[in-house]
Amino acid sequence: MGNVGASEVPQLIGPDGLRIDGRRADELRPMRVVAGPLKRADGSAFVEWGANKVMAAVYGPREVHPRHLQVNDKAIVQCKYNMAAFSVDERKRPGLDRRSQEISKVIAEAFESVVFAEEFPRTSIDVYIEVLQANAGTRCAGIVAASVALADAGIPMVDLLPAVAVGKVGGHIVLDLKKEEDNFGEADLPMALVPQSGRMVLLQMEGHLNLEELKRALDLGVGGCRAIYEKMKQALRDRYSVDPPTPVAEVAA
Amino acid sequence: MSGHLYASVLGLVQRKPPIVRVAALSGRYAPHAGDVIVGIVTDVQGSFWLLDIGAARWAPLHMTGTPWKIDFGETGEHLRVGDSVVVAVEQIENTGRIGVTMIGEGLGKLEGGTLVTVSPAKIPRVIGKGGSMIATLTHATGCKIVVGQNGRIWVDGPLEGVDRVRASLELIELEGQRRGLTERVAELLASSGRGGPGPAHPPPPDADAGDEGGVPVDSESFPEQ
Repeated sequence: MGNVGASEVPQLIGPDGLRIDGRRADELRPMRVVAGPLKRADGSAFVEWGANKVMAAVYGPREVHPRHLQVNDKAIVQCKYNMAAFSVDERKRPGLDRRSQEISKVIAEAFESVVFAEEFPRTSIDVYIEVLQANAGTRCAGIVAASVALADAGIPMVDLLPAVAVGKVGGHIVLDLKKEEDNFGEADLPMALVPQSGRMVLLQMEGHLNLEELKRALDLGVGGCRAIYEKMKQALRDRYSVDPPTPVAEVAA
Repeated sequence: MSGHLYASVLGLVQRKPPIVRVAALSGRYAPHAGDVIVGIVTDVQGSFWLLDIGAARWAPLHMTGTPWKIDFGETGEHLRVGDSVVVAVEQIENTGRIGVTMIGEGLGKLEGGTLVTVSPAKIPRVIGKGGSMIATLTHATGCKIVVGQNGRIWVDGPLEGVDRVRASLELIELEGQRRGLTERVAELLASSGRGGPGPAHPPPPDADAGDEGGVPVDSESFPEQ
């Protein structure tokens, strides 16, 4: 932490145009998506994305709790985004805070626009996102995990929902910020995209971008989302492929 | 939309021109009128019980839908929270309400036994073509088995037999889409059959090929409808 504590902003983009972890401006961090790791949930997914580790579980459609939130002609989507106390360097005070409430709300609204809610009147689709380890972009990792979990739960949807953050760092527009870039960069722009229709269902911004930069950032983000989309689909294929056969002895034991 | 078809759920595509179907691989139980299912009582009201049937909503079982003569407020004397019942789906109303009844052959309260849950999508495999899988399981273990279309399977019998049925169901859940499933289950039953009631009967050669519906009840305790 020695050099970061100083008032001097660290150099985030080197003279060769590479970032502090050696990535190019349009490169994603390494990503691993696992569908269905949890047995008790209707659907689940685990995402490891750079140093982020996020678990998502989906329940439902099921009876709405509390009852008064029930809507007569469609399902509601409820989301709880939570960061573990041990997910960041300094212990995070556990429980709801303003940030997690906001993120829960925008994620729920993003998913409300992709699930076919009319098919399940008076029910609730409950999405739980637990951030186990955080390194910037956890809401995007949460959306990716939750989306795969929703598909794993067999909930009808328009499409999967990949998400990524784009930002401005050291004057450059770069894809998928990591923690240092998020902390010391000039702007952060998380987004979630419906790949088949090109519709954007979540877009937030922190910091400053001019119109031209915003357009470039959106283009970069859309490309990132499409790459993530493929990983999400592959995770679901892997989950439901059956080879090789399980030895009978193993099942019996 | 530009001549493309997109599935809304995760599943396997079946193309039989001009029909394209997607068989869902996961998801909650989608009730259909006539299904025989296993429900668990989650709430007791004055004139009805609410059953958890593994669907999106709880299903109300009204006291008029039972073989008992009950006065208002006496529902709790017959079924309490946590009890299991075999019921049939009567109708799905357009509000999404699932009407169920306990009047009919093979329907009623379940006493004793063990409940095993599998994915509702795998139920056709649990039953097997023409009930072959169920016949194999019942024969090899001597257990009474009731299969609910909602994925809940009630097993009663000697403890060791129940364990073997449970292991077989696990295998079916794991490899439901594979060929030769009934043979593999028979193999599993034979391999763990220490002192069980007789060896597994060899199933018919193509026993697993179809996904026949059929009445999901064991022929001894619950005669076919």
